[in-house]
Amino acid sequence: MSRFRFRQKANRVVPGFGLSMGITVTLLSLIVLIPLFSIFVVLSGTGWNEFIADITDPQVRATYYVSLTCALAAALVNCVFGLILAWILVRYRFPGRRLLDGLIELPFALPTAVAGISLTTLYSENGWIGSIFNRFGIKISYTRTGITIALIFIGIPFVVRSIQPVLEKLDSRYEEAAMMLGASRFRTFVKVILPELLPALLTGFGLAFARGLGEYGSVVFIAGNIPYETQITPLIIMNKLEQFNYNSATAIALVMIVFSFVVLFFINTLQFKVSKIAGGSSE
Amino acid sequence: MSKKEKAVRVILIALGVAFIFVMLVLPLITVLAYALREGWHVFTAAVADRYTILALQLTLVATVSAVLFNTVFGLFSSWAITKFRFRGKQILTTLIDIPFAISPVIAGLVFILVFGRIGWANGFLQAHDIKIVFATPGIILATIFVTFPFISKELIPLMQSQGSDEEEAAALAGHLRGKTNTLPLHVEILFNEFHLTQAFAVSSILVVLAIIILILKNIVEYKGQKEVDEVVR
Repeated sequence: MSRFRFRQKANRVVPGFGLSMGITVTLLSLIVLIPLFSIFVVLSGTGWNEFIADITDPQVRATYYVSLTCALAAALVNCVFGLILAWILVRYRFPGRRLLDGLIELPFALPTAVAGISLTTLYSENGWIGSIFNRFGIKISYTRTGITIALIFIGIPFVVRSIQPVLEKLDSRYEEAAMMLGASRFRTFVKVILPELLPALLTGFGLAFARGLGEYGSVVFIAGNIPYETQITPLIIMNKLEQFNYNSATAIALVMIVFSFVVLFFINTLQFKVSKIAGGSSE
Repeated sequence: MSKKEKAVRVILIALGVAFIFVMLVLPLITVLAYALREGWHVFTAAVADRYTILALQLTLVATVSAVLFNTVFGLFSSWAITKFRFRGKQILTTLIDIPFAISPVIAGLVFILVFGRIGWANGFLQAHDIKIVFATPGIILATIFVTFPFISKELIPLMQSQGSDEEEAAALAGHLRGKTNTLPLHVEILFNEFHLTQAFAVSSILVVLAIIILILKNIVEYKGQKEVDEVVR
């Protein structure tokens, strides 16, 4: 009883719980929850068989495959380069470091449509980079490679910005200890630093992957939208909508949402671990 | 520092810089080069075009409204989440994060399902002659949705909202030239109609906006860091 009263008093020290919670929950419901809920309202009008037929249509299944593989490949590439970039930005001092640091967030600030047309032009047969690869018979624009490149562009800030704060807070005592005990630089990195960075790296991977799955604007131009080949799931939802096929569009959207939730849950679990490390609670 | 360490350092920096140059800087240069390739006149004509200006205005209106709205939400939600202990906090933060994990295409879809022709709110809207889908409120709503978690996530909302994919969400709202056409949509239309130079000219406005925002953000962060350093001292 006394504990209960103490907690009540502690709450009163900071004002506005009712107000802030009220506004938070109201706005959240209006903007996010109620609109999302309408997906279920629409789907409740369609039969189960029809729903299954919509989401397992061969052309739709092909888009899942393209979206998943391209987002996965891009997220993996971003993990490698994200780790390198975070490392050089935190550990090394070199001219232009601040500029490089600022550039990382360019994909956040640039509209995806601009990124899309620019990458398409750059990697097309006559583009600056595309023409080089074209000489060897490799096409990039309008292939899955092109989609992956667009997703690398979109995803890189997520990985770098996830690793950077953890790397900055990392206690160098363990590294020094490992080196003193005669471990090589490489061994120290793999055995001491990498395990500490792993949750942050996985968070960055998850964010880049989730973003890649849903990405539309930058991919739509470079993909060329060839059914079974370079058609991604968000694009087929758009196609269904343009044909006023709301039921199919909604059914496929639900599949994507379920997948996003799995990724989101995975990220939030990891984030909990990361915040413990970044919070500096190294014993 | 040993010779080997120096070599590793040089290689890593070279790799990082090369990656950023090819993946991020080269696309920017492409935009500017293509925008200017048919000369200054074509560029200025495309930029000063009536539809471009209207689209720019709509982009700014939608961005500023969404940022204001999300700032209010972000302040209250982070206040509630950080200052109080309550049950279901984890669930609340996960719910706020939803728009982050959802494709912008789905964001657009859900608003059509609510306010569109088949939407359950359509009857009410028609009775009161309110337009949301295919109008500015729809674009603002989609922009708010896509940038919803960013303030409470402490990411820079202004960047994201001017910068990205809510424009695609808005695409679902249907684009009538000069009426519900945001700048990135204008780029998309021009590109699809094979007006390449014009598309890149309009894009260059957005590139410049993006760079200005990045510079502003860095200045703000730098100042914040300096104050922290002074306090520590």
